[in-house]
Amino acid sequence: MPESKKVAVLGAGMHPWGKWGRNFVEYGLAAARDALADAGVAWTDVGFVSGADTIRNGYPGFVSGATFAQALGWTGARVASSYAACASGAQAINAARAQILAGLCDVALVVGADTTPRGFFAPVGGDRTDDPDWLRFHLLGATNPTYFALYARRRMELYGATEEDFAAVKVKNARHGLANPNARYRKEVTVAEVLASPMVADPLRLLEICATSDGGAALVLTSMEYARRHGPSGPLTTVDAVSTVTPRYPQTVIEMPNFATDSAAAAAAEGPTFKQSVAQAAYEEAGIGPDDLDLAEVYDLSSALELDWYEDIGLCKEGEAERLLRDGDTALGGRVPVNPSGGLSSFGEAIPAQAIAQVCEVVWQLRGQATGRQVEAAAVGITANQGLFGHGSSVIVSR
Amino acid sequence: MSPAKSRVPAIEGWFTLDADAPALLGSRCASCGTFTFPKETVFCRNPACSGTEFADTELSRTGRVWSYTNACYQPPKPYVAADPYVPFSLAAVELTPEQMVVMGQVATGVTVDDLSVGCEVELVLETLYEDDDHEYLVWRWRPTGPAPDDRRTPAHPGAGHIPAADGEGGGSRA
Repeated sequence: MPESKKVAVLGAGMHPWGKWGRNFVEYGLAAARDALADAGVAWTDVGFVSGADTIRNGYPGFVSGATFAQALGWTGARVASSYAACASGAQAINAARAQILAGLCDVALVVGADTTPRGFFAPVGGDRTDDPDWLRFHLLGATNPTYFALYARRRMELYGATEEDFAAVKVKNARHGLANPNARYRKEVTVAEVLASPMVADPLRLLEICATSDGGAALVLTSMEYARRHGPSGPLTTVDAVSTVTPRYPQTVIEMPNFATDSAAAAAAEGPTFKQSVAQAAYEEAGIGPDDLDLAEVYDLSSALELDWYEDIGLCKEGEAERLLRDGDTALGGRVPVNPSGGLSSFGEAIPAQAIAQVCEVVWQLRGQATGRQVEAAAVGITANQGLFGHGSSVIVSR
Repeated sequence: MSPAKSRVPAIEGWFTLDADAPALLGSRCASCGTFTFPKETVFCRNPACSGTEFADTELSRTGRVWSYTNACYQPPKPYVAADPYVPFSLAAVELTPEQMVVMGQVATGVTVDDLSVGCEVELVLETLYEDDDHEYLVWRWRPTGPAPDDRRTPAHPGAGHIPAADGEGGGSRA
């Protein structure tokens, strides 16, 4: 692909994931300083701050870009704050990338961080009878795992997935995350332990549904020219694509937080599903295909959802994900390891930080810095994620 | 003796209050004919349509289960849970004429063991929660066919299942 469409990743940083209940700004700041140090870039050289918002931490979370900029010390840098549910981090990356590609800035800092309450994610407060996210809890008691479970049951029905398959995804990701210093859960589990954990939303069990976590992640993105002048010698790690496409009408897969799908009565449902289109747009932008991948970081909100992603990002045809898993293709050492970081299974979800963290992992893998979980000779990686209200994202990174 | 509580919808205008044959109330675009639930009232969501007029329409009362699950743990507020909490099931149901999938809780007492992908369900109204004066009603899906127990023991009187009589075609999906 033409270099004029690439931006360089000079720095990646994280605050570890956990559950401490401290102010989210602290996590974001730690990640930002980490990323700046990794890049060898001074905060005062950053021209654009791109924050990924959190909606559970009051006003500072809604204006996260400014919140982080103030905490780092006002410098007059330009700022933006993005909210796109689970895809917020990717939106923030994309906002920074657009500034750089447009020639409006050379150095951008992308930061996302969250502090989360215990238990199920609930809608934000207040009686909002015209907000489907509020109404689905009130009228249906439909939590996020409700939707994950509908997809999981559907997989079992259509493709013969078993509870053991879903458990095996958790076992794999737990093993991957063992050596990751930023992962919240670093403990091996067995299929028997997963299947003995309490049922939450049939057929999904407690150990198969990602927790809600505190955490922070950051990236320093720069123009290629800046990276050549100021970055390390040797090959650059670059962002080659950021897909943030919306669904196409009619969206015929039930999606959080909706009560119903679109109707296909007036317009036929054609072409790829939404999640497939998210990855396809990224491949198209980067000028590569699934066969070029060395690894993938996908949004395993549930263990079963990871299997859906294998197909959605084109690692195999529909209905073949279980075979890929059983053959070990997606485990470390396999053909294309998926979630070498340990995934959301090992991290839990810190919403605005998560899509950024996925990119951090790919960057470290491509640099050969993923100690204890390294994918050998990794040169190309993809991330994929989906959130509420028609948000999804996919980022392709190469070196 | 306290007077009977009045039964009111948990949300206004989303379903009819016909006790015997309730229906969800969606909308249909007067221009392109697409269906929406809940109702669309302003602009048609079909990108190829610029319609701004919609007719309220009763959606099919029966459909087939696209997928299903349950809620083993009490959902957070604003769900109003009974104390002690009673787990319930949920289903996403395909409506053939409307070519859409609609979510709903499943009728009280029906567990995931009673459900399967493709099984036929019909809409019923049940009490979602109550306060001192009112019972708040919501739509729920209830299997129309014989329950699994009935299949094993044909003579099972009093189970309270409504026979499939809606004529949407029988048999589960291949």
